[in-house]
Amino acid sequence: MSIANELADKQRDIAVSEFFERNKHILGFDNTTRALITSVKEGVDNALDACEEGNVLPDIRVEIHEGDDDEYTLVIEDNGPGVVKRQVPKVFGRLLYGSQFHRIRQSRGQQGIGISAVVMYGQLTSGQPATICTRVGPDHPAYELDLRLDTKENEPEVVDEEIVDWDKDSGTRLEITMEARYVRGAQSVYEYLRTTSIVNPHAELTLVEPDGTTTKFPRSSEQLPPETVEIKPHPLGIELGQLQEMAKNTEARKITSFLQNDFCRVGLQTARKICDKAGIGEDRKPSYLKTDDCKALMSAFEEVRIVSPPTDCLSPIGETLIRRGLRTEFEDADLVATETRSAEVYGGHPFQIEAAIVHNSDKLPDDEQVEILRHANRVPLLYQRGGCVSTKAIEDIDWRRYDLDQRGGQGIPHGSCAILVHVASTNVPFTSESKDAVADIPEIRKEIELAVRECAREMRSQIRKGKKMKRLRQKEDIIRKIVPAMAEKSAQILDKDVPDYEKAIARIMNAVMVTPTIEYEQGVGHDITIEVRNYTSHGKRMQVMAELPAEGDVEDPEPDAGYRGNMIVWDEDKIDTGEAREFSYRVRGLAEADIQNVDIFLDGIDATLIAGAEAWEGSEIEETAPEPQEIDDGDEVTQEVQV
Amino acid sequence: MSTNGARLEDADRETLEALYELAHKIYDDLEDGDVPELNLPVRSKSNIEFDEEHGVWKYGDSQSTRSAKKTDGAKMLLRTTYMIDFIREMLETDKSSTLREMYYISEGWDLAKFSDQSESDKLAEDLEVITEYLREDFQLRPEEDGARILGDVTVEEETRTGDTRVINCQDDVGDAGYSVPYSVEEDKLRFVDIDADFILAIETGGMFDRLVENGFDESHNALLLHLKGQPARSTRRLLKRLNEEYGLPTFVFTDADPWSYRIYASVAYGAIKTAHISEYLATPAAQYLGVTPSDIVNYDLPTDDLSEQDERALNSELSDPRFDDDQWRGEIEFQLELGKKSEQQALAKYGLDFVTDTYLPEKLSEMGVI
Repeated sequence: MSIANELADKQRDIAVSEFFERNKHILGFDNTTRALITSVKEGVDNALDACEEGNVLPDIRVEIHEGDDDEYTLVIEDNGPGVVKRQVPKVFGRLLYGSQFHRIRQSRGQQGIGISAVVMYGQLTSGQPATICTRVGPDHPAYELDLRLDTKENEPEVVDEEIVDWDKDSGTRLEITMEARYVRGAQSVYEYLRTTSIVNPHAELTLVEPDGTTTKFPRSSEQLPPETVEIKPHPLGIELGQLQEMAKNTEARKITSFLQNDFCRVGLQTARKICDKAGIGEDRKPSYLKTDDCKALMSAFEEVRIVSPPTDCLSPIGETLIRRGLRTEFEDADLVATETRSAEVYGGHPFQIEAAIVHNSDKLPDDEQVEILRHANRVPLLYQRGGCVSTKAIEDIDWRRYDLDQRGGQGIPHGSCAILVHVASTNVPFTSESKDAVADIPEIRKEIELAVRECAREMRSQIRKGKKMKRLRQKEDIIRKIVPAMAEKSAQILDKDVPDYEKAIARIMNAVMVTPTIEYEQGVGHDITIEVRNYTSHGKRMQVMAELPAEGDVEDPEPDAGYRGNMIVWDEDKIDTGEAREFSYRVRGLAEADIQNVDIFLDGIDATLIAGAEAWEGSEIEETAPEPQEIDDGDEVTQEVQV
Repeated sequence: MSTNGARLEDADRETLEALYELAHKIYDDLEDGDVPELNLPVRSKSNIEFDEEHGVWKYGDSQSTRSAKKTDGAKMLLRTTYMIDFIREMLETDKSSTLREMYYISEGWDLAKFSDQSESDKLAEDLEVITEYLREDFQLRPEEDGARILGDVTVEEETRTGDTRVINCQDDVGDAGYSVPYSVEEDKLRFVDIDADFILAIETGGMFDRLVENGFDESHNALLLHLKGQPARSTRRLLKRLNEEYGLPTFVFTDADPWSYRIYASVAYGAIKTAHISEYLATPAAQYLGVTPSDIVNYDLPTDDLSEQDERALNSELSDPRFDDDQWRGEIEFQLELGKKSEQQALAKYGLDFVTDTYLPEKLSEMGVI
């Protein structure tokens, strides 16, 4: 059985055809610009889902062709598993039909209003049917179907059907003509694909704009996101209608077994307590439950203590991949700070927050508001920025503490940054059906704030370290010119030999300067060299340590080094005044963007004398490797103190 | 390279030796592997003290260190070596330059060049302060600044070409008066004959011209001196010589605002910038004639409101040790209360002759001169 056939089994239908016509404003089709973006969004989400379910790295092409009279033709083509022919009318031609709706898992679409709405919009505005070409495998033919919808009955109608020649082994191509307007800017198809590419680093997206401009958003990871795990509903996360539906369709014959089998985190004891609180006999047949009984169950759920739903069903993007995505999109960024929080729960739904900050002083203007890239389950949110919990959490932070400009200590800060927030959940609480903004849930807001602050702290610490180093470099540069000139001139006046001024320069600089360089070569890895120069008045004995990446293989330390926890450690003899020494190693097996800087620590040197590294203050390094996360935290604290 | 001892006069050699001390200090610091640094007195109002002997205000004992530890300090030390070398060259070749010329010459000093003339002027002063020589000893002189004197005094001036000229500052000059040269020492300027009862030093050109037009010099047998704002060293030196060598009572006539009081202070007490040579420049016997804040009220003069800067300046004067006496304190506090200031020329409210016929005679008789 092909994957498409498997998927077909999960696809069930719901009849709500007319819903669309009345509600197209809340579904994201309220104006022609927006309608085009929504169409691309639904099509691309669909394509990404299909590819991931089919276990292929997505290769998605979006073309927009301009026709007459404000009509555009949108073409979206993927390399996914395709759709079996008999399912095509249902998948593309019937509202609220999808594999997602009845499953509780982290997924892009969630409510499944999906692609059929786009087909309907096209039909309503252009009068033309949608054309779908699909192929489920190399041994199968490619079908091309022209599809219409009966908007009253929610019934699809195949107008035309033929077998065609297609160079793809499998995949789906959708072609819809619609009334639309194509724009560039903050809310545009371009922007949607750009940000989609950041949070889906495993996808390659290609956009062909009406004027023929072709933009490729390249893939920066060969790794498909792990498949998300489906969980049963948690009693605290469902609504009355859903409960009734579940009770009607359950295979359980007793209410206790219904609660135990069809919900997560409900054992026999808990099920009994629920029945007791609700005043409903444990042996009653679930399908006989009346509305009042269901209401009583709903309130019993609130009163009985039920363990939170499992959180391991979520699949965050991960800091490494976010960094890769951002590095690919924001070339030459000064730094990318990332944070993936551990999963939490709100009202019976697990969720997990990730955040990142990109800083690029060359390319991003420092006198404009920072860009906020909001995402929910890997889908970019372009509209209703002000109403979104991410924006609110960011506005509440006093960014002046993190060296960004913020008038009055409130609102969106100004600076050469972009902030990314990703909310992953089995049930993202959107503010409306159009899924533009995440609702202001206290638990979610708090997690976003913590994640963003963590990134901000890292950014500040990196930038300050960089600035201190830059100042020192400038000083070094100028002192290296002034002092020799002074020596020469005073010697000339006094008719003496030019004195040796190197020691004086070291005294003036009065710092141990640490300079890491990272060189990457494809197929070889990262070569990291740390130069330590003793610009102080005395010889110094010190231990040099560098934090190693969580992944990758470390090779060829030069000179020989030892390892402690996640650190590479060099025991070093004295470095004399004015002398420099180099320490190097190679890391294999990581992508270029994975190592952007190296945290270096010096042990044995006064913190005030160190530039470009931190003083080692932790004695908490243990010979047996502790949890890497804990070490991270410890280091952060050290940095805080240094700043 | 080294000093050409044979060609140097003793005085010049001594000056150079003092400057070489500084070069030695920098050289030795470098050779010892120390951070080069020089000490000099703190040159601000926090470090001026009254010198009982001379009756003027001079720098106190507070020292500051100019160190190469900071980039700016390192730059100043480099400039110091360049300036010493430049002075050495002038002394050896018997040339002199104006301060402005030195500033332009520093354009060729690479890293040591100055970003504006006030910096090079100040470093020249620093060298005076440290070595206790005058910038004239360094062959550095200021530009003519255009201060002038008018009255019955006959001077003998040595001109640039080496001639001597005898000039009566009343009969031999036009209405603009005799221009005060940049040096008023014996070798340049000698007083042949003086027939005046007192000196009136005037802040503004407009008031000076009014007194000249009204013939105040003749009617009251006065020497009129135009200070031209904050007076140059030679103007102050001239005033001091006339006051101390010829016993002429000296009065300072300015606007009634904080900046004018500072002009008086630098004439009478010594300027903060040149406190190292106050005993040579200041005229402790000079009296402030007006316009005083009390005059504003007594004569009902037209006024302007004090600006914020004016108020700040007045308050700063309250903490300036030079103004720390009852009379000044009283006047300054009164003016702050009043919130007003007046110009000298506000006296024209009562007609062009009022200042010469009424105001000055009244003030001078109050002060016991006429």
